Amino acid sequence: MATIQDIITSYKDKPGGIIEAYHAVQREYNYLPEEAVEFAAQVFGISAAQAFGVATFYSYLSVAKRGQYIIRMCESAPCHIAGADILIKAFEDALGIKVGETTADGKFTLELTECVGQCQGTPVITINSIPYIDMNPEQVPTVLALCQ
Amino acid sequence: MITLTINGREIQTPKGSTVLDACQAAGIPIPTLCYDPDLRLAGSCRMCLVEVKGRPLFVASCVAPAENGMVVETESPAIVEARKVTLELLAARHDFNCQVCEKNGDCKFQDYCYQYGIKESRFEDGGRHVYPIDDPNPFLERDYNKCIMCTRCVRACEDITVARAINVKNRGHNAKISTAFDGDLADSPCVFCGQCVMVCPVGALTSKVSAGLGRSYEVDKVLTTCTYCGTGCTLELNVKDDKVVGVTSNRTLEGSPVNKGALCVKGRFGWDFINSPDRLTTPLIKENGEFREASWDEALDLVAKRLGDIKAQHGPDTIAMFSSARVTNEENYLAQKFTRAVLGTNNVDHCARL
Amino acid sequence: MAKEMRIVLRNADQINPEKIEDYLQAGGYKALEKARSMSRQDLIAEVKKSNLRGRGGAGFNAGMKWSFVPEAPVKYVVCNLDEGEPGTYKDRTIVEKDPQRLLEGMAICGHAINSNQGYIYCRGEYPYVVDLLRRAIDQARDNGVLGDFDIEVRMGGGAYVCGEETALIESIEGHRGEPRFKPPFPGVSGLWAKPTVVNNVETFANLPDIVMQGGEWFASIGTPSYPGTKVLTLTGDVVNRIPIEVPTNTTIREVIFEFGGGIRGGKKFKAVQIGGTSGGFIPESLLDTPIDADSMRNIGATLGTGAVLVMDETRDIVDIVTRISKFFEHESCGKCNPCREGTFRAYEIMKKINNGQAAPADLDKLALLSRVMTKACLCGLGQAAPGPILTTMEHFNSEYQARLQI
Repeated sequence: MATIQDIITSYKDKPGGIIEAYHAVQREYNYLPEEAVEFAAQVFGISAAQAFGVATFYSYLSVAKRGQYIIRMCESAPCHIAGADILIKAFEDALGIKVGETTADGKFTLELTECVGQCQGTPVITINSIPYIDMNPEQVPTVLALCQ
Repeated sequence: MITLTINGREIQTPKGSTVLDACQAAGIPIPTLCYDPDLRLAGSCRMCLVEVKGRPLFVASCVAPAENGMVVETESPAIVEARKVTLELLAARHDFNCQVCEKNGDCKFQDYCYQYGIKESRFEDGGRHVYPIDDPNPFLERDYNKCIMCTRCVRACEDITVARAINVKNRGHNAKISTAFDGDLADSPCVFCGQCVMVCPVGALTSKVSAGLGRSYEVDKVLTTCTYCGTGCTLELNVKDDKVVGVTSNRTLEGSPVNKGALCVKGRFGWDFINSPDRLTTPLIKENGEFREASWDEALDLVAKRLGDIKAQHGPDTIAMFSSARVTNEENYLAQKFTRAVLGTNNVDHCARL
Repeated sequence: MAKEMRIVLRNADQINPEKIEDYLQAGGYKALEKARSMSRQDLIAEVKKSNLRGRGGAGFNAGMKWSFVPEAPVKYVVCNLDEGEPGTYKDRTIVEKDPQRLLEGMAICGHAINSNQGYIYCRGEYPYVVDLLRRAIDQARDNGVLGDFDIEVRMGGGAYVCGEETALIESIEGHRGEPRFKPPFPGVSGLWAKPTVVNNVETFANLPDIVMQGGEWFASIGTPSYPGTKVLTLTGDVVNRIPIEVPTNTTIREVIFEFGGGIRGGKKFKAVQIGGTSGGFIPESLLDTPIDADSMRNIGATLGTGAVLVMDETRDIVDIVTRISKFFEHESCGKCNPCREGTFRAYEIMKKINNGQAAPADLDKLALLSRVMTKACLCGLGQAAPGPILTTMEHFNSEYQARLQI
């Protein structure tokens, strides 16, 4: 696994590249540890407070530790009328956690999201950014089983 | 010059000025919360909105360039309605405790609520954030239950002091002023200069050192020069019942030409020694290992005699003068003059020459 | 029978989007060559003549926008691929089917404003589109078709507000995506304070055809005041949930009942929300309105991004608007007071109505708040957020009344 320092440093010549660097850190670590925020602030010449402000502004970025598989369930209006609430409940029940939580084994994190742009197949979820469309509660075990 | 019409009056304003500048120069009051003439503009509080003929949206006057032929209304019914709604929305997140608030009587939010008759908020329906007031530093009280998110503190920290200790975290209704990781100021690059207190329009940021000692309308503000170093910053001693109870900034160029209100931690918060019972009020002379009080005449005579004796016995170059940045230029001049002309040595030095 | 007309989706499913050779064989990059043989003034004049209006929502004449860009040593072309309006998947579709078309459109704009650096700001939800675009750019570079024009892809972080052009610029600069006040407009002072043209994917994707076939040709398609085609994405209770590209004089009814195949499960139509989640709700009585931006505005709705969310007779309008209010509460950047506090309170009141706990005074309060937000908020997010509330209060008022406590 590349170190946080190496990952962030590889973006240092990209003006304004802190968001790209954060994405890259999250691809390896699933969240932004404090040292990533502090180091990014140094590399991009901004204050740690500002780097923290950026990290907490975007919903794709998280300063809280998350699981290996981040399941984001869309609840925007098209998915809402297609039964997103029932689907969300099904994931909560299957994993035994609530939205915003991570399973004890650190494998799954459940998050809500707004529209992910796959509205031809509502309701939609994404697992580590890969969309799964036309979801229904019966498919939940199958989809979870794919996460190995 | 640009000519525009504001509230039916034709007004001339220099090119490059904003609608707000034009209004202020013409004596037309415009409420502002996020605007501060010394800070980079935000245009975010939406209190300074005005109506401009031909524009479908309200215009934030603090960031709108004045243009020839503009027809502006600053207190139309629609504008008053918008300001009232904005104030009510802020009131719904603001901890109204004016009776115990340090800023009572010196609070822009309170002033505008009074002006627009906001007694309570129709939008208050629970859902208010409750933030702990627990930053343990000795100088700055941070009460974000009163914060109206104008971000003047962030801009002052970034642009005046350049400490860059704070920023905004989260977004939307969860947005909050915060250090990195929302920790204590002492663990941040904060230098406790209190510029954030200076610019805060409400009681969210106040001085712990002055807490409970007097409101702005109870104190006389005495303009003086800070004695801590040679920079010569101007500050206002807040005096109540013959006692110094605080320090505030004079932000005018005339009143505060050196620092325009900006101070450091010592100038802004380090004044409580003035009232200390441990302060020396007479010279002390040490005899047999013990200090005793003496008069100025006695003390000065003793020093003059001893210096004279040393000079006669050992020569003038056995004496040196070491002066301080905490005294004025005139006093420093006298010190070196005395050393060269009276003591007869060039052994002069100064703490600022490090 | 209304027909599709494909301009930006001309090559969709006809070529392999991973192969620049396919695009070249289909006539790709001929338009850029032609554009570069024209003077910048003539090119801008041609685009102005086409009356191509921005396809991202605001609908400003693209050629006009370019003509405001002053001379400067450094300028930028920025493509808005932050497709965040719920129900919208058109920009993703355009790029997934034909990425080179976007690159060519941006390079044409680059020539028009004399810029040699483009940025594509792609939403963080589309990492696979980012990868596809980076491969496409590599191929275009290797092929030399872009000449001295270069394009970099930047990924957003999941913030709807970054679809607003100045927030998007802030985000490329690595900041919190908070909109700037205007003026200055990006055309004068945008990315890193340099003159910057920001256009939507679909706007750029129209340019190759406008250059090849002329502004007059384009101006003759669809509604004259908003000519050309529009890519619409159908979702909700419609049989065919698909992207379509139709002339702008196509009516909403044709979109739903001909292209969309009508309502699912043999149910009746109730409402349609067009243009994304900030769009107005449209009742049955207004379905014969053409989809062009001006006609839509005249009925208090929007064309916006072209999302078409169809709702059948069983749908609960108040519940859907409550959900939409939560969207805005979640996506408000928090910079300006009326939006940060207003979206939060609007959601609070909507929840109260939805739960059957509201009184008539709550509706008045909501209407007042909505009216003020529309005119007082700093950016389009806050200004548009009350749209669904106001239009449903107008067209579906009985549903609100039925929820009130007596």
